[in-house]
Amino acid sequence: ISTPLQGNTFTKTLEIPTFECETGNYHTFCPISCVAWLYQKIEDSSFLVVGTKTRGYFLQNALGVMIFAEPRYAMAESEEGDISAQLNDQKELERICLRIRSDRNPSVIIWIGTCTTEIIKMDLEGIAPKLEKQLGIPIVVARANGLDHAFTQGEDTASAAMTHRCPEYNHRTTDQHRGDVAKDERGKSGRCNLVLFGSLPSSVASQLNLESRRQSVSVSGWLPSQKYTELPALGEGVYVCGVNPFLSRTATTPMRRRKCQLIGAPFPIGPDGTRAWIEKICSVFDVKPDGLEERENQMWKNLSDYLEVITGKSVFFMGDNLLEISLARFLIRCGMVVYEVGIPYMDRRYQAAELLLLQHTCEKMKKPTPRIVEKPDNYSQVQRMHELQPDLAITGMAHANPLEARDIDTKWSVEFTFAQIHGSVNARDALELVTRPLRRRSDSILGCRSLSRQTVDV
Amino acid sequence: MKLAYWMYAGPAHIGTLRVASSFRNVHAIMHAPLGDDYFNVMRSTSERERDFTPVTASVVDRHVLARGSQEKVINNISRKDEEQHPDLIVPTPTCTSSISQEDLQNFVDRASLSSESDVIPADVNYHRVNELQAADRTLEQITRFHLDRARKRSTLDRSVTNGPSANIIGIFTPGFHNQHDCRELKRLPGESGIAVNQVIPEGGSPKHLKDLPRAWFNTVPYREVGLMTATFSEKEYGMPYISITPMGISNTADFIAQIGKLVNVWASALSEKRLNYKLYVDNQTKFVSQAAWFSKSIDCQNLAGKEAVIFGDATHAASITKILVKEMGIRVSCSGTYCKHDAERFNEQVQGLCDEVIVTEDHTEVGDTIARIEPSAIFGTQMERHIGKRIDIPCGVISSPVHIQNFPLGYRPFPGYEGTNQIADPIYNSFNLGMEDHSLDVFGGHDTKEVSTKSLSTDRRDIDWTPEAESEPNRIPGFARGRAKKNTEVFAKQNNIPEITIDVTYAAKEKSSS
Repeated sequence: ISTPLQGNTFTKTLEIPTFECETGNYHTFCPISCVAWLYQKIEDSSFLVVGTKTRGYFLQNALGVMIFAEPRYAMAESEEGDISAQLNDQKELERICLRIRSDRNPSVIIWIGTCTTEIIKMDLEGIAPKLEKQLGIPIVVARANGLDHAFTQGEDTASAAMTHRCPEYNHRTTDQHRGDVAKDERGKSGRCNLVLFGSLPSSVASQLNLESRRQSVSVSGWLPSQKYTELPALGEGVYVCGVNPFLSRTATTPMRRRKCQLIGAPFPIGPDGTRAWIEKICSVFDVKPDGLEERENQMWKNLSDYLEVITGKSVFFMGDNLLEISLARFLIRCGMVVYEVGIPYMDRRYQAAELLLLQHTCEKMKKPTPRIVEKPDNYSQVQRMHELQPDLAITGMAHANPLEARDIDTKWSVEFTFAQIHGSVNARDALELVTRPLRRRSDSILGCRSLSRQTVDV
Repeated sequence: MKLAYWMYAGPAHIGTLRVASSFRNVHAIMHAPLGDDYFNVMRSTSERERDFTPVTASVVDRHVLARGSQEKVINNISRKDEEQHPDLIVPTPTCTSSISQEDLQNFVDRASLSSESDVIPADVNYHRVNELQAADRTLEQITRFHLDRARKRSTLDRSVTNGPSANIIGIFTPGFHNQHDCRELKRLPGESGIAVNQVIPEGGSPKHLKDLPRAWFNTVPYREVGLMTATFSEKEYGMPYISITPMGISNTADFIAQIGKLVNVWASALSEKRLNYKLYVDNQTKFVSQAAWFSKSIDCQNLAGKEAVIFGDATHAASITKILVKEMGIRVSCSGTYCKHDAERFNEQVQGLCDEVIVTEDHTEVGDTIARIEPSAIFGTQMERHIGKRIDIPCGVISSPVHIQNFPLGYRPFPGYEGTNQIADPIYNSFNLGMEDHSLDVFGGHDTKEVSTKSLSTDRRDIDWTPEAESEPNRIPGFARGRAKKNTEVFAKQNNIPEITIDVTYAAKEKSSS
């Protein structure tokens, strides 16, 4: 993703952090977990996960009480007959989708392909258009499987698939040169065509809308939208910008398939990220940002009580949800030392601006650049953690309790994907999460540091 | 394909992982795509496990799919062997490996050449068995492997222990109240002079499995896991076993009677004194367990004839049914289990104790049954608890699947004499809470709500009620209101009455009380 845009505040001469790649033996959620937040986001949708019991069991356990709230998702559980192709996939899916239509009457059914459908090469993309015609309900196919993706990348595949369903954007002056149109529209305030992508709770989305409207840049739509029927128009002359670091597929699809232009910006996480994000957008629309610095400073001031808790403390990201780079950058700006940033997958082009901001932040705060470990190996990470003794480990639930028992404070990483952490307003919420384990700890009970009986390290 | 929202028993590999990680120093390696190691999260959170779950994944990705696992599984086995020196490594197939038809056995054969640890691939068919069946099989597999090898190497000690002793088979992680049950199950034979030889798999070590046959007999407290191991040991090593679940007063007495029988056979052979457990049982029943006295007390009298619905795994659902009916005088309208593979035996167990039996894995069927019966209380899994919430019926949780709140820190066994106390409390509390609620209703506490029919199904009302008639059920206490309304509607339907007037409600009442 090229960022040929003016107004880049960072020079590219900065040293790019070193990347390492380990074995990929790490714990993360299966990407089908995206249905948990997507079904809540897209109100008129219905999700159908096509796969075996393993997937259903994961969802049932990962979503906890949500499962009892009559969610708009279900499993199409493959049985032995499906695997051995004794049953006809299309007929089976038709039967199930008819049931869903009569039970829920959704505006769209989103099929989530899993490892199972990949391995037996079930042609979901081929079947969907046929059934769509028959049922009269759009069927979107997203392959969110653990063979190719980790956790939040599930949303990426679903959003990318939905990009194709966005209506066509009609710009009236098609004969004119593209650049002229853009200039024209930039001239009139509020006429910029900016579509943001990434699923955020509606309150957070409106906060970001407000954030950009303050700079006279109005957001014309979100992908995904609150309702499937309200998907934003895409096409030539539309600018798109991501709000989450794990959306690289969604970023390329509007560019390559819908002729949109991508704004490569850092992500609006933390007051620093939010400011850099909005500045980049302004620069694209030739708008002079107004009052951003004061606003950022004010936000930092509001955070001072939390900053006191974490300044100088060290943190270790084991890596499982791709938010790691942005969070690390934010925490370094907060005065923390980041030892390691584990991350499942690192798209250096999509995250280029974020990586630059990370570099810039490290220099500014005079902190060492953290090592970035792609596809980490949890076992080796735990060994490293024993040596480094970080004050905080941001990690999955599989490791949280065992690490706590070994006197390493932990924060459950998945919470960052569910909590509201975007925009300056929510920086407090993000720090509330980070500081919680550090605030609650005063002295260990009975003065014992470790509550584990295990003699072997892992 | 099957449309599903919820499942009672998990997929097969979960069972294998549960057994493997219950043993000490056993490591399981799943052959699975990224994200399938969710078991680690479950174990670490629900049991609040302080140690790292000894389960890793040999990740199946695109490359594996294209070229096969090749050296990957082998490398992962050797690596674990070097890093942690487990006694045993259990490569575990998942649905993914069963569909991609990788030859795990071949990997295992090659890996065991170089690794110090023993390597046994779990032999479970993903499509044919569920979590519980797989656990049962894996436990048998591991036990068989160690016993047979010891026999081959002639390191098997065939002599039985001097005093009477027993193995407890089937305690494992994260099982419903298993940790507490285990303590109680050790105490039960202990108090009757019988030593516990080994407990497996929880806390057991593969190294010691060869001493399993030194016990006089095996006990299998839960139907779901351990029976295969017990029958195998009986066949190959002549060890008798007791498969009665000592849950509830009469079951516990039966259990102890069985112990007595088994021990006394040996006692006469060894020309020792015969043991008599009658006194022990008597004393425990009367004074250690409060349950017998409780069921005589006035409290329990109030429960007489109250209706309950029970659903859970075969062990718990059958035992609780027996306790409610025989020991507390409660009427069980329906008793059911999701252990379809054990349906025959379940039917046998609850025969004559309840009005109907339901064997299903479909939670909506259970929900609709409960809505139709409208019991005063439900005893089931977490799913039934939520069904109960939706239709305002209290529920006691008696079986997996469960949440973290069902892994209490306090001592809450289900079996044995302490178990009878622990079971009586939640049973009584469930009904009691319901009663309290209804008394509030009767005395007009906060009864300003509209009447709602308690129903999960979407059957629409096709019968009209006149306004006066409509207000009639409001005079009936809340807990009986739904029932009264439904009876009236059924009566109207049967007699082709299109509109329910106040007279019709009385006529219906007369009819139902006659």
